[in-house]
Amino acid sequence: MAKKEPKKLEYFTDWKYAPSPEATDHIRLQKQYELFINGKFVKPNSGKYFDTINPATEEKISSIAEANDKDVDSAVNAARGAYDKTWSKMPAKERAKYIYRIARLIQERARELSVIETLDGGKSIRESRDIDVPLAANHFFYYAGWADKLEYAFPNRHPKSLGVAGQVIPWNFPLLMAAWKIAPALATGNTVVLKPAETTSLTALKLAEIIQESGLPDGVVNIITGHGPVGASMVNHKDINKIAFTGSTNVGKWIQKAVAGTDKRLTLELGGKAANIIFEDAPINQAVEGIINGIFFNQGHVCCAGSRLFVQESVAEEVIHKLKDRLETLIVGDPLDKNTDIGAINSKMQLNKINEYLKIGVNDGAEMYQSSCTIPKKGFFVRPTLFLNTSQSHRISQEEIFGPVLAIQTFRTIEEVIEKANNIPYGLSAGVWTDKGSRIFNLTSKLRAGVVWANTYNKFDPTSPFGGYKESGFGREGGLHGLMPYLKF
Amino acid sequence: MAYDFKNSPTVDQVGIEERVARFNTRSIKKGSKVQVLKLALNMIDLTTLEGKDTEGKVKQMCYKAMHPHLALPNLPSTAAVCVYPTMVKVAKEALKGSKVKVASVSTAFPSGNSTMQIKLLDTKFALENGADEIDMVISRGEFLKGNYNFVFDEIATIKDLTHKYNARLKVIFETGEISTLDNVRRASDIAIYAGADFIKTSTGKIGVAATMPVTLVMLDAIKDYYFKTGIQVGMKPAGGISTAKGALQYLVMLHETLGNAWLDNKWFRFGASSLANDLILQLEKEAKGVYYSKDYISVD
Repeated sequence: MAKKEPKKLEYFTDWKYAPSPEATDHIRLQKQYELFINGKFVKPNSGKYFDTINPATEEKISSIAEANDKDVDSAVNAARGAYDKTWSKMPAKERAKYIYRIARLIQERARELSVIETLDGGKSIRESRDIDVPLAANHFFYYAGWADKLEYAFPNRHPKSLGVAGQVIPWNFPLLMAAWKIAPALATGNTVVLKPAETTSLTALKLAEIIQESGLPDGVVNIITGHGPVGASMVNHKDINKIAFTGSTNVGKWIQKAVAGTDKRLTLELGGKAANIIFEDAPINQAVEGIINGIFFNQGHVCCAGSRLFVQESVAEEVIHKLKDRLETLIVGDPLDKNTDIGAINSKMQLNKINEYLKIGVNDGAEMYQSSCTIPKKGFFVRPTLFLNTSQSHRISQEEIFGPVLAIQTFRTIEEVIEKANNIPYGLSAGVWTDKGSRIFNLTSKLRAGVVWANTYNKFDPTSPFGGYKESGFGREGGLHGLMPYLKF
Repeated sequence: MAYDFKNSPTVDQVGIEERVARFNTRSIKKGSKVQVLKLALNMIDLTTLEGKDTEGKVKQMCYKAMHPHLALPNLPSTAAVCVYPTMVKVAKEALKGSKVKVASVSTAFPSGNSTMQIKLLDTKFALENGADEIDMVISRGEFLKGNYNFVFDEIATIKDLTHKYNARLKVIFETGEISTLDNVRRASDIAIYAGADFIKTSTGKIGVAATMPVTLVMLDAIKDYYFKTGIQVGMKPAGGISTAKGALQYLVMLHETLGNAWLDNKWFRFGASSLANDLILQLEKEAKGVYYSKDYISVD
């Protein structure tokens, strides 16, 4: 019996949504940004500045100071001074008040922060408005609550702060990652030198303004901008007690080598290549939505993105047909438009990397399927992409692409899928879709991943620890566990 | 087609609610808004289902259905009026020469607690008086007992009669009574496979009427059936949709679930009585730039 091709549906032909761009007239941006050291904005020693651009238009937004070793040194000195003189001596209850105040100020300026996040990073305004900025505020609220309760969090273990924390964060969730790093460090009584990624410095610098406004004692948080060597200089600085890094596995490996033999503490949150596993008894329509959210959230620039899809063979045809159908209703384009689902790729460099992987996938013999959407001529954009008929040995199934590209494999038995899901150097996250509760618990104990989502994907909460196995790094951020890397006992 | 309704797909409520929340973040502006406000007006089944209904009331409502707001030119009529079987004749007469259809509730609406014989007579009476559409209710008691075949047979029987008169059949589940989204999905599958032309959420006679999550589950059932067979089935959320904003959100959900083919009153209806006037209010605002007092809009 010949199988009939499933029917197709058409979208956005008779009813096109009019542009609905978020206003930008309310934001305040300077032409040039300096380094935030010891509570003041100071010019960089190098006298050099670099451009930060809007990846959706390729237009320059502002100039950002390039720090050098001397600036790193003065930021660390400021942090050390603030630690010795004020922050370590301040009653924990008072520390909490400052952290709480920062959270409130983020909320007050949420609209401005989300527009800047979208302008500078390319993510859709819907996501920066509904996810990044509210979550960033929530992290400060949450850790403000812990500041004076550390003795209860770790009873009889006498938790003590470490000193100066050097924190290096990535470009995918600029403000949120700053919050993830700064909030627990302050709550545990440490002082901070933070470096945002060079393509997305603006919201970290706006956070510096907020920190100034909050009245936080000078030097407790220092924010320095620049490229890779600034981070390297922080990692090698003698007076830093702890390094917290979120970013690529390659840089993570280098950092671990660099701190070996020193008494610096280290946490690494690195890459991922998560398995999102769909069983035949799953709520299929919601699972399809979860797959979409898993891989296309933030243009796929998510270390825990569900970039490897495993579908049970009995439902593979249905799931793939529905995925192709769902791709057609994803709106790709101007990140500032309130209806945009998928915004711009963060940088030219990342765009090239993704396009390179698309070529590799096709050359390795996988079948590429892309949404039929038109993408803007200017700016960095990629069509949402599926790779069908992929094998475990394909490079697109093994390596982190960090873009809107999903590699799809099928499986038959639970043993097979567990083996394949774990057969990867990474172990950050995974997703399981089934109607059967016992199967969920079985898998959560067998999947080598720091986070396993059941019947949902990409859910974040300040109370929940996050972190990886294997080459995805070590240490946990968020929740009670997120306090530990900043304490000695 | 063989289909075991015990094996209807499961539905994850949290996932459904998240999807609905995503639809509700869509921002519909300017021309794309006016276009769809008019479409929504054209999709209304203007409804009066009260014990106190009179011929005079039904006639006035029929006039409103044909001419929703004379002060604004080029407005479409509503899709249909929806009345009790005893009012079908009056409505048919009042709507003569217009495109507005007459829908009649039947099968011992709203509870459905009667014998098949009476349900058939009820339906036949409406059809003989000229009803273009029949809005039947399912036996929720039998459904909740797990007698899915009973419900299937009762729908199929009413469908045969309805189609004999070239009328279209809408099947009401009273989703507030069958309660879970898994049940809503199962009822949708039963009705679709039994040959319903439309599936409909509610009678409007109990507290919980149409909601977006329930409607999305039903749209998904329609979509799955279309993917398998290429046959379109219509959808009618009824009760509780009274604002233009709410109607727009429903239409965004319809559009992004089933696409352009369903953006037509042949395949989608709102069962509502007060929605029309809020749509008119918004259309006036879009045309003239200011909100009018509700006193400028007739209330039939």
